[in-house]
Amino acid sequence: MLATSRNFEAAAQAGLANQNLQRALGLARTGFPLRRRLAVERLPEFEALRETGRSIKDHTLQHLDFYLELYEGKVEASGGKVHWARTSEEACAAVLQICRSAGAKLVAKGKSMVAEEVGLNDFLEANGITPVETDLGEYIIQLRHEPPSHIIAPAIHLVKEQVAETFRAEHRSLDPDRLLVEPRQMCDEARSVLRPRFLAAEVGITGANFLIAETGSSIIVTNEGNGDLTQTLPGIHIVMTSIEKLVPTFEDAATLLRLLARSATGQEFSSYTTISTGPRRAGDLDGPEQYHVILLDNGRSAMIGTEFQDMLRCIRCSACINHCPVFAAVGGHAYGWVYPGPMGAVLTPSLIGIEEAGHLPNASTFCGRCESVCPVKIPLPKMMRHWREREYAKKLSPPAYRSGLAAWAWMARRPALYHAFAGLASRALGWAGGRRGRFRTLPLASGWTRVRDMPAPEGRSFHSLWAQQQKSGAAR
Amino acid sequence: MRVALFVTCLVDLFRPTVGFAAVKLLEDAGCTVEVPRRQTCCGQPAYNSGDRADSKAIALQVFDAFAGYDYVVAPSGSCAGMLRVHYPELFADDSENLPRARELAERSWELVSFLVDVCGMQAVVANWQRTITYHDACSGLRELGVKLQPRQLLASVAGLSIAELPGAEVCCGFGGTFCIKYPEISDKMVSDKATDIAATGVEAVLAGDLGCLLNMAGKLYRQGRHVEVRHIAEVLAGMTDGVPPIGAPR
Repeated sequence: MLATSRNFEAAAQAGLANQNLQRALGLARTGFPLRRRLAVERLPEFEALRETGRSIKDHTLQHLDFYLELYEGKVEASGGKVHWARTSEEACAAVLQICRSAGAKLVAKGKSMVAEEVGLNDFLEANGITPVETDLGEYIIQLRHEPPSHIIAPAIHLVKEQVAETFRAEHRSLDPDRLLVEPRQMCDEARSVLRPRFLAAEVGITGANFLIAETGSSIIVTNEGNGDLTQTLPGIHIVMTSIEKLVPTFEDAATLLRLLARSATGQEFSSYTTISTGPRRAGDLDGPEQYHVILLDNGRSAMIGTEFQDMLRCIRCSACINHCPVFAAVGGHAYGWVYPGPMGAVLTPSLIGIEEAGHLPNASTFCGRCESVCPVKIPLPKMMRHWREREYAKKLSPPAYRSGLAAWAWMARRPALYHAFAGLASRALGWAGGRRGRFRTLPLASGWTRVRDMPAPEGRSFHSLWAQQQKSGAAR
Repeated sequence: MRVALFVTCLVDLFRPTVGFAAVKLLEDAGCTVEVPRRQTCCGQPAYNSGDRADSKAIALQVFDAFAGYDYVVAPSGSCAGMLRVHYPELFADDSENLPRARELAERSWELVSFLVDVCGMQAVVANWQRTITYHDACSGLRELGVKLQPRQLLASVAGLSIAELPGAEVCCGFGGTFCIKYPEISDKMVSDKATDIAATGVEAVLAGDLGCLLNMAGKLYRQGRHVEVRHIAEVLAGMTDGVPPIGAPR
C-alpha cells in the first residue's frame, strides 16, 4: 500500500473538519473502551493472562527461526505449502502464481491487514483478477475505493447514511426505492450480493490471527462467518499472513484467543473461531483442494534484537487504537498507511522507515492509555520515544524545534542563570498579563494561543520568593 | 524526615503558590522541607524529543542537587514520573549511573501520593465551599498509580463535594511539546475535556499537574466558561484565599 504518512498534519486537519467522521468516532470513543472494561471485569484472571500472553510471544520471538521451520514442516506434512515472502512484491507474486496455475478470475477475500500491507487488491486487479472483499466493512470500503481506517473495524470512519448511499450507487440492479435505513437492511443486502460470489470464486484468501507451530494450523476469528465461507467453498485457500503470528502450541493460541476478543470488542470469544490444517483430506466432506500459506517478512525480522522487538508481540486486537485520544480525534486515515493509532505509530516506521512516518510517533501525548490496555503489555509510548530518539539522532526533526530545545537545555544545565531568567520571565509575563490574568495572543507561543488562552504567571518565580523568605526568616 | 521539594519548572515560573502549598502540606505531615537551589527542570522536554544527551546531562544534575535527602517530592505526577520511572530507563545501559538513577527513583514521590502513602495522612484541615471535579493527569495515574489518594484527601476538605468527571482518565491534550507541535489535535482533545467538565455543572476543576491545568484553564476561558481551575495542593493547603484561580483576572 502506498504510504502518505508524510501528510499526517494535513490529513489530521481534514479528519478534524470531517463531520461524518467525527460523528462516527464519537460513538466508537466511548463504546469500545466500555465494552472492553466490562469484559475485563468479568474475568478475574485477566491481568495474569496478560502476563502469560506476553511471555508466550516473547518466547516465540526468541526462538522464531526454530518455530518457523517447525511450522513449515507441519504445514507440508498436512499437505499444504508455505511460500516465504521477503517483500510485498514477493508476496503478491506468489499469490498471482497460485491464481494463474488454477486459471482463477475471481478471488473471495476475508479480512487481512497483511493483504492491505502488500497492496494485494490493486495488484490482482492490474493482473486481470477480481478480488471481492467479504468482510462487511472491507466490502463497503472496497466499493468506495478507500483504505481501511482501523484494523478490526475497517469502515469505522463511516456513518450508516454513507453506507446506504454507497450501496445505492453500486448495487444498481436492485430496486432503487428499497428501504436502506437500518444496519440490518444493509447487512442483508450485502449478504445477498456476496453469496453468489462466494460460490463463484476459484480462490479464497484469508488472513490469520495465529499460526500454530506444533500442528501447522492457521486460526482466524470473525464475527460474520465470512472467513469460513471464504476458506471452505473455493478450491484453493491462501492464508496471507506474516511471520510474527506464530505461536508454539494450540494451548498458547487458546490463551491468546482469551485475550484477543476481550481486548478487541469486549466479547468473551469472537462469534467464529476457525482452525485450518492443510487441504481437504480423503473422506472430508468439504474444504479446499489446495492450502497455501504466504509468510511475509517485509522488515519484521530486522526488528528482532532491536529496541522495537517487543512490537512483534502485537496480536492486532486494536485496544490501543480504541483507547487512543489522538486516534479518536483524527481517525485512522490520517496515519497514511495500513496500521493506525499507537501500534501503527511504532510499527509503521519499522516497516516503511522513519523518514516517511516521522509524524506518527510524534503525534502522541504519551498519555500511556495504550500500554495500559495492551493484552501483551507492549510498551508503546517507550517505543514511540525510541523512534523520536532515532529521528533526533538523524537530525530529521524541524531545525527551529531543535535549536529551541537546545537553547532551553543549555539554560536548564546552568541553575543560576536559569533562576535569573525564570525570575525575569515570571515578572515580565505576570506584568504583561495584568489584571486580565491571561493572554489571548503571545509572541512565540502562537501554537498555544491559537486555540486556547495562556494563563499569566503570578508574577514572581517560586525560587525568588523562596530565597527572599529564607533570607527574612534568617534575619528574624 | 528530610524532604527535598522538586518545585518543577512550570510551578516555578507560573504558579509559586503551588510550591508554597506543597511546603505547607509536607510540614503539616511532619516533614522538614528544603528546596535545593541547584534544581531547574527534570529534563522531560529533551527526553520526550529524543535528545538523550541533554536528558542525561540534566538528570545527572538532578542526582547531584537531590543527593542525601530522605525523599524527593514534586507537586506533579509528570515530573515525579520522570524521576521515578524514566531516569532508570534513561540510564538502563549505563552501569556507572544506573545505581544513582535507581536510588533516586526509590525515594521520589508525587506530592499527594507521598502524603497519603508514605506520611499516612488521612485528612487535611481546610475549608472550601465548592462543588468540584477532578481530572486524573495521565503520568500520575498510569505511571505512579495516583487515583484514590487525591480523592481521599479532598473528601476531608470542609464544604467541598466531588462530582466525578466522565472520562477523567482521558488525556486533556497537553502532552508537553505535543500541544504546540500538533495544536489542532490538542485543541480537539482539550475542547472535549472542557465540554465534559462544563457538563458536570461544577464550580471548579482540580488536578495534580500544572501543565494539564494551564491547558484546561486556557481552553475553558477561550470557550467563555466560568469554571475555577486550581492545583489540588492549593485547596488541600487552604491557600485559595486571595489567590485568583489559574488564568483568572486579578
